[in-house]
Amino acid sequence: MPAATISPQDAAVAASKPLLEVRAVGKRFGAVDVLKSLSLDIAAGEFLTLLGESGSGKTTLLRLIAGFEQPSCGEIWMAGERLDVAPAHKRRVNTVFQHYALFPHLSVRDNVAYGLRVKATPVPEIGGRVEEALRMVKMNDFANARPSRLSGGQQQRVALARALVNRPQLLLLDEPLSALDANLRKQMQSELKALQREVGITFLFVTHDQEEAMALSDRIALLRNGALEQVAGPREIYARPATAYTAQFIGQTNLLRGDVHNGIVTCGVLSWPTAVVDGAAVFSLRPEAILLASDASSLPTRVGFHGTIRQQIYGGATELLEIDCGGGQMLRARISARGPLNGEHEFAFSVGDAVRVRE
Amino acid sequence: MYSRAYKWIVSLPPLLWVGFFLLLPYGLMFAHSFWLVRDGFVVHQWNLQNYHKLFANPLYGEVLFRTMRIAASVTLLSLLLGYPLAYYVSFHAGARKELLYQLVIVPLWVSYLVRGYAWKTILGSDGVLNGFLQYLHITHEPVGFLLYSPFAVIVMLTHIYTPFVFLPIYAALEHIPRPLVEASQDLGASQRATFLRVILPLSMPGLLAGATFAFVLSLGDFLAPLLVGGPSGTMIANIVQSLFGAAYDWPLGAAVSVCILLITVTLLFLTERLEKRWSFK
Repeated sequence: MPAATISPQDAAVAASKPLLEVRAVGKRFGAVDVLKSLSLDIAAGEFLTLLGESGSGKTTLLRLIAGFEQPSCGEIWMAGERLDVAPAHKRRVNTVFQHYALFPHLSVRDNVAYGLRVKATPVPEIGGRVEEALRMVKMNDFANARPSRLSGGQQQRVALARALVNRPQLLLLDEPLSALDANLRKQMQSELKALQREVGITFLFVTHDQEEAMALSDRIALLRNGALEQVAGPREIYARPATAYTAQFIGQTNLLRGDVHNGIVTCGVLSWPTAVVDGAAVFSLRPEAILLASDASSLPTRVGFHGTIRQQIYGGATELLEIDCGGGQMLRARISARGPLNGEHEFAFSVGDAVRVRE
Repeated sequence: MYSRAYKWIVSLPPLLWVGFFLLLPYGLMFAHSFWLVRDGFVVHQWNLQNYHKLFANPLYGEVLFRTMRIAASVTLLSLLLGYPLAYYVSFHAGARKELLYQLVIVPLWVSYLVRGYAWKTILGSDGVLNGFLQYLHITHEPVGFLLYSPFAVIVMLTHIYTPFVFLPIYAALEHIPRPLVEASQDLGASQRATFLRVILPLSMPGLLAGATFAFVLSLGDFLAPLLVGGPSGTMIANIVQSLFGAAYDWPLGAAVSVCILLITVTLLFLTERLEKRWSFK
């Protein structure tokens, strides 16, 4: 359906429906279930990150959407059409590959023009769109170079231009920054974010780096062993992790396994009031939620405890303390840097920061 | 840093090898081509008589032309057989890849002569193929052109040199990173377009190497025409052989050899340049 003929009603329907719908998709390789009946919606214009350890199934999901693999069960829909039955080359989806996969026998310009040429785009149009795409990633000075002459970051930009020039409805990015060194990666992260806002294309980004996921995404879908652990915005997934796994994977945390009795949690030497029903319960308490008592006067409903500092790890603006609360209970606290500390201290945290999580 | 003596010791064997087995024989051949035979003896008298004979007698040109035509046919046929085979084994054979690869290599272990005689029994007038054709009533008497013809030479040489074409093409295909194929599909290219725009250009160095093998080896072959060629299938190497043997005209044989050598060297030079043009590392 050409874009020009969309009626206002269609547009309204399109706005309310997600761009991509993954419906109960499973993938089996031999005896291994790599994806287990996974469902996920992606809204148009969204930057969604699939985050997970290696082997969690995030790349497999990406390859199913791109069309390089067929799902064992379930369906994938995009913009109201069944996607998983179409061959890869007929899908309005483009991919930025982990190691860029630029064609070594073609110049940068011909690499970018490739998608337009195979779709028999009129020649005068190709030139303009290729120039525009190269300008967008600031690579127009390298149009005649062969990919082997470019640095990793430059190849990365060309790979982006090669995908974006086709104006896909959905751009898939398979750990595109993992091969870059740390500084360049930070720079490319901010460029990528700016680029996504500029072109307004939906990005589905795969990474194993939780910091990268937090920095870039509108929403993060955390995968574990082929199933979704939690899907939420970066701030929410950090502040309100649903499971112990999420709490540990995204940022650092203290997992407190306690018992609830008559509205009071008891966990080692700590105890605090809670609304959780009686029984065993696990709580996540972020290291930065634990303060030295002297700094904690402003905390609402504070819980105080006494502990010995076993180790202090300096990290620039902050430092990490390992606190022995007695009875073998260790807690980690991240406080703003203040010089060497040792011996026994009073600490406190707010009741609201101990978040109940599923095991 | 290596000492001077060490460098000499290490480079002496290859130098001796090249000197005794390459430069010396080629030098002798080149010199012979400018000498002549008188009363059954080679006379060391410099002249261009041999080359005059080559150009004056149309037989040499005819055989040389036929040889090149046969070599070109063998090259084309073994590419037509070898490329699809290599493509299939490299991209689509799955778990059978190793087995198929070995099956292509195995015939190389069988003696050239055995394979030649095998073709004699297949193509002869009482041969397997004629028997089969008559059994099916496609023909009613033995077909003569199958054996002792340029056709037979082409069939036998194609059989023998297809593995030589397969190997470099297979190696080139194996070196193509598979994500490139996915990237091509991802950008909207059909399987056909992916083959023409990505796989074929990237396998070009292998294809050229294979074609060079087939052409150069066929050009100098003399056993296949001897076994299955007959008079109409005579190739230039047979002429050289008879000039050095029965005819005892070494100078003329050397002149023919110099011509073949020139053709081969020119060809190697050209394909070398083409291969450079098609390599992207």
